Amino acid sequence: MNKKFLSGDEAVAQGAWEAGCHVAASYPGTPATEILEAVATYPEIYCEWSTNEKVAYEVALGASMAGARALYASKHVGLNVAADPFFSSAYIGSKGGLVVVTADDPSMHSSQNEQDNRYYGIAAKVPVLCPSDSQECKDFTRLAFEISERFNVPVIVRLTTRTSHANSVVECGDRVEVPVKGYEKNIAKNLILPMFARKLHASLEERMLALKEFSETTDINRVEKGEDGVGIIADGVAYTYAKEVYPSAWFLKLGMIHPLPEAKVREFASKVKKIYIVEENDPVIEQAVKAMGIGCIGKEKVPRVLELNPDRVRQALFDEKPVKIDTGDVPARPPALCPGCTHRPVFHILSRLKTVITGDIGCYTLGALPPLNAMDTCVDMGASITVAHGIRKALDKIEDAKQKDKKIVAVIGDSTFFHSGMTGLVNAVYNSSPITIVIMDNRITAMTGHQQHPGTGKTLMGKETTQIEAAEVARAFGVKHVWVVDPNNYKETKEALTEAVSLDEPAVVVASRACPLYDRSQWKKPYWVNPDECNGCKICVGLGCPAISFDAETKKAKVMPVLCTGCSVCAQVCPKGAIHASEND
Amino acid sequence: MPQKTTNIFVAGVGGQGILKFSNLLCEVAMRAGLDVKKSEIHGMAQRGGSVTTHVRFGKKVYSPLIPQGSADFLVSMEHLEAVRHIAFLDREKGRLIYDTCEIDPPEVYTAQRTYPKDIKERLARLAPNRIFIPAFENALKIKNPRAQNVIMLGALSTYLSFDDSLYEEAIKQEFKEKYVDSNLKAFALGKELAKG
Repeated sequence: MNKKFLSGDEAVAQGAWEAGCHVAASYPGTPATEILEAVATYPEIYCEWSTNEKVAYEVALGASMAGARALYASKHVGLNVAADPFFSSAYIGSKGGLVVVTADDPSMHSSQNEQDNRYYGIAAKVPVLCPSDSQECKDFTRLAFEISERFNVPVIVRLTTRTSHANSVVECGDRVEVPVKGYEKNIAKNLILPMFARKLHASLEERMLALKEFSETTDINRVEKGEDGVGIIADGVAYTYAKEVYPSAWFLKLGMIHPLPEAKVREFASKVKKIYIVEENDPVIEQAVKAMGIGCIGKEKVPRVLELNPDRVRQALFDEKPVKIDTGDVPARPPALCPGCTHRPVFHILSRLKTVITGDIGCYTLGALPPLNAMDTCVDMGASITVAHGIRKALDKIEDAKQKDKKIVAVIGDSTFFHSGMTGLVNAVYNSSPITIVIMDNRITAMTGHQQHPGTGKTLMGKETTQIEAAEVARAFGVKHVWVVDPNNYKETKEALTEAVSLDEPAVVVASRACPLYDRSQWKKPYWVNPDECNGCKICVGLGCPAISFDAETKKAKVMPVLCTGCSVCAQVCPKGAIHASEND
Repeated sequence: MPQKTTNIFVAGVGGQGILKFSNLLCEVAMRAGLDVKKSEIHGMAQRGGSVTTHVRFGKKVYSPLIPQGSADFLVSMEHLEAVRHIAFLDREKGRLIYDTCEIDPPEVYTAQRTYPKDIKERLARLAPNRIFIPAFENALKIKNPRAQNVIMLGALSTYLSFDDSLYEEAIKQEFKEKYVDSNLKAFALGKELAKG
């Protein structure tokens, strides 16, 4: 038996490979990114970073229509982007197995919400599997392909951060080679005109009835005998917490939470005196159990906000509060823009131009934090441009010059621009919006750990491809004012931004330089502060660079050589010229 | 083979090699034939922020997260981070293994406040069983500042029952060949420092 120590994400990839998966598509997003990065290590599977999740989903669906086993993966909010084809695909069903992996992020470690994607399965009428550890991530993914083909439906495998990013020991198997069935025209299945869709909906309801039978008999929904009268129904990683703190309880461990195995639940209820439902986020299982008329304790004890852990589950089951320890004041250590980050000078300039700044999703969202304070809004991928446009159109309706004359700047990353910024830009040009769009082009998808995208000239599988430049896209869309600047050239960037916001037409400034963590070749020797020239004005410290700090005793700035990348921006903003490059660089 | 699950909570700041430390440790436990779980956070919470991993091994491990007050070892590569995560340590039976290197959090490097001066006193109160390992200082001495994590691993190893050969195998697997020797030296140095 081949044992590997895999993260849940890696185990999903292993499971897909074992199941004979042929095509996989995704867009990077924490905590799901590593799924496709792991898939890319298996040469038998064609895989790609698609431009966004909707595209990725349709790629997987198209592959399934042609009879291939296909995998879609994204973080929870990614499935919102792909929701349109996802719902339709439930009607269409699968020819080749179609598996939809969603990695939810309770506690929002790296997300804007903690939506519970188990609801997607219920809403779209798609079965939902919830693995508890890496072994189950692998096994359930493999099983999901079988269920998908047997019952002619897409199948959701729902991970959470603590299954995606937890490693455990996995017994791995071999790949099953399944030939791609090939494409055959079948409009009654693949073309959802109302006349066909009405029949497909009826067929989907029948498919769900058959799946309910499956849910009753599958061994991934299992009863574990306990020693007392307490029963716990749990899924996903929540099961492991409950098992940890209450090993003597009876368990109904649900690997497949939709459709719910109602007969199994009834039988379980008859064996125990009291039932707790331990599930993260929303009361999905609890509502279904209560709707069956079975009394249970759920969200009145088990928190629905933020992720669970053994301590929170212990508190829910035993009313035991964790011991509070007085540690004294501990300053927070939130993530920050890295030393040498190319976004920093752009935000420093924008915060001084006093514009409204609509933001987007990426590392650069950290520009909202002190001391830069250079962002007003962040909603979802691509919303910087469209929200800026909406604000502009609203302010045009106000007579008061203070409001009417506000300048609106949208800030969006390069990968996010290709993801869903382009449609917003077309809209801004089409509907004549005098907003400035700054594309923070660091030549890679940085936040999720440096994934390729259409602007990098490389694919997930490492092939060279056409490199699409954001500035050329903007010009092709009819933007008349386009600048490409080096953000580390503070003066050049400031001039472009100042002129752009003064215009009465859409303007695009592409601030282009590779993320210094991705391209270390641009690093220079550390800069240094000459204390005789430094007057302690703290302007450099206002950049918020971790490599430069203010010494409270000497009242001078100092550069920490181990952190400095030599980007020179602090030297450019220093009014006294007190910060210098190392001589021998 | 220990029946009880061993819990090791690892803390530090992004860039200090916390994830590598945990990978090495898990590799060792797995080579020893134990069930192992590890949990960590990637993404937004990574660079320059607080980084923690939960490592658990034993006969059968359920939760990937360590319950509060039950870490047998809290390994901290940074002074303040030891205080931040002290609630995970079993204060009666567990040990804090820590370095005193101090990395400024954002409020400090942006001149809004100073780094707390009383960390030593707080740790004396919060962690009766603690072992100071000057790992970073010694990493600089051997001209390998990135080896702080492996020095700490060497120190931790003296409290665990795994054979040294397992650490060697793990280091050989986890590092590129040209870095293996320097890390084996760092590991041995950590063992010496722990024996004091």
